[in-house]
Amino acid sequence: MLSKSAARAFFLSGTLLFGAVFIWLTVDTFQRIPAQTNADDLTESVARGKKIWEENNCMGCHTLLGEGAYYAPELTRVYERRGPAFITQMLKDPEAVYPGQRKMVKYDFTEEQINDMIAFFEWIGRMDLNGFPPEPTIGLAAAAPIAIPGGERPQIFTQVCVACHSLGGVGGTIGPALDGVGDRFDRGYLMRWITDPQAVKPGTQMPKLGLTDEQRNEVVIFLSKQREGGL
Amino acid sequence: MKYESQKVAYWFFATCMLLLSLQLVYGFIMAFAHAGYDVLHPVIPFNAARASHNNLLVMWLLAGFMGAAYYIIPDECERPLYWPKLAYVQLIALVIVGVTAIIGFHFNWWEGRKFLEIPRPLDYLVVVDVLLFVANIGMTVWKAPKMTTTSIVLFFGLLMAAVLYLPGMIPTDHQTHDAFWRWWVVHLWVEGVWELIMGGILAYLLIRLTGVDREIVEKWLYVIVGFTFLSGILGTGHHYYFIGTPNYWLWVGGIFSALEPLAFLGMAIYGLALAKKGGRNHPNRIALFWTVGCCVMSFVGAGFLGIAHTLPQVNLYTHGTLVTAMHGHMAFWGAYAMLVLAIMTYALPQLTGRKLFDKMSATFAFWATNIGMLAMTVAFGVAGVAQVYLERRAGMEFLDVQRELQVHFFGLILAASLFTLGIVAFIYNFIRYGGPAGEVEESVSLGAAAAAPAE
Repeated sequence: MLSKSAARAFFLSGTLLFGAVFIWLTVDTFQRIPAQTNADDLTESVARGKKIWEENNCMGCHTLLGEGAYYAPELTRVYERRGPAFITQMLKDPEAVYPGQRKMVKYDFTEEQINDMIAFFEWIGRMDLNGFPPEPTIGLAAAAPIAIPGGERPQIFTQVCVACHSLGGVGGTIGPALDGVGDRFDRGYLMRWITDPQAVKPGTQMPKLGLTDEQRNEVVIFLSKQREGGL
Repeated sequence: MKYESQKVAYWFFATCMLLLSLQLVYGFIMAFAHAGYDVLHPVIPFNAARASHNNLLVMWLLAGFMGAAYYIIPDECERPLYWPKLAYVQLIALVIVGVTAIIGFHFNWWEGRKFLEIPRPLDYLVVVDVLLFVANIGMTVWKAPKMTTTSIVLFFGLLMAAVLYLPGMIPTDHQTHDAFWRWWVVHLWVEGVWELIMGGILAYLLIRLTGVDREIVEKWLYVIVGFTFLSGILGTGHHYYFIGTPNYWLWVGGIFSALEPLAFLGMAIYGLALAKKGGRNHPNRIALFWTVGCCVMSFVGAGFLGIAHTLPQVNLYTHGTLVTAMHGHMAFWGAYAMLVLAIMTYALPQLTGRKLFDKMSATFAFWATNIGMLAMTVAFGVAGVAQVYLERRAGMEFLDVQRELQVHFFGLILAASLFTLGIVAFIYNFIRYGGPAGEVEESVSLGAAAAAPAE
């Protein structure tokens, strides 16, 4: 039967052996991190962004690299998913972007701070994370996009509009679906609506998005082509 | 109780009760926010509630470990604390730092790093405070006429916990480095050295409560903590899957995490077998309930639910979802919260000189908290799995998914209410015990009276 000294020897040798292996792997990991995370691109702006991220405890609601709290969206790929225009609007006035939804603190960041945050997210988004976050595997989001009229979806549409609206069954459900929207509204109306929703329909939840003229044009042309049977 | 200086443990335990109560309040604030009622947002935004909830947990567990050490070490070493007054100073300092940190969170003063939110200047004070504590315990052990395995394991657990707080303070601009070191603290605490502390306290309780021979208890203590480190050190790898570290961690973390439940399974079998084997009928039955309950529930929460989502193939989808909260609640409850409540339940009759262990409210506290926590775990689990399927698998928008999950948080609030009733009963009992007034016995203490022949 196992004696107490043998049990102690098992404990001490196991701990020392695996502790040593762990330290060796740690050293090796630190040599490999720079290549895997594009550490050369870690600019001062990125570092400032990280500092803002920490000083405001963003991890207290969001996750980044899957780490944090589970109250607000995963932000690892937010730069690619939402783009700088959306992030800027969100940081300036979260409740204007998602009125009546789950609330985020309004921080009154300066333009420079917002740019630092965007630089931080852009850098994070390019890391090689061994497959995280995974792509959807079931349902419409995983299937090839349903063919819709109007050709390719503009980038600004897939980044900003889909946060609340769906098209072809993919996208948010906060605002109405946009299938066939071109049958209901003409270009002039759509342009006025996207430029200043409150002026068209006071009290609407649709936010003012702060898009450039070019982005607005692109979206309006695309939306006006959304007609039933217009494929 | 053998020595006057053990009485300081009472005040650490009283601090535990206070901090635990506050922790529950913040838990409810978050549960209501998740259910769609974020009415307190302008005053206590979610991130403030979350930081308070987690840090209060860490603080009351640390206060509990310290109280346990101040109670156990003199008993095991057969000498009073080396610096009895320092223990009081150290408690007051801990409370001041803790309360300052919690208040700071509400004014956007924090570090914003998961579990290590305490602002940097306060970090240094925590380190000093813990070093004072370790020095006090260390000197007591060093000057003792008798050194037991239990006291040595407990001491090294506490010392390593203090040392491992330091990597979390390494400054870096790199998010991956930041996360890497953060898990050195958090993982190597809860799945490493805290288990030494746990093993030490459980061994003490099992020796006293079951009357099984010390040699046998301590031999298995070595085997269990041996398995803990064998699996737990490299098991840190399960935090290194997706943070920008090499992909060999998927293998290392996956394999060694799969071994982690062994240590907890060992703990569960150990507790159950010793309780069965021990011929003693210790009057404090409810302390034995908490002790064996801790052994079993730590296996369920930390061991079984841990492996349920540390497999890399599973974790790819569950990482950063409510599934983590499911595992986290049960693991901390089973392994550490129940442990502190166990040692409190055992020590209070000796510290206060009153024997209230067979009261109905004590039994109710045990069952209500455990059933409540199991039900909370189910609620988190259902919400977490639903989130994984809707958000990760089907690609739905985050906020749309969260609206679908709100109903599960009403389930969670119901379960948490039962849990809270249990805690209220526990605190009610604590108050009924009154202040520390137990007689210091000349030869042997109340509990040890029966334990003497076995030693």
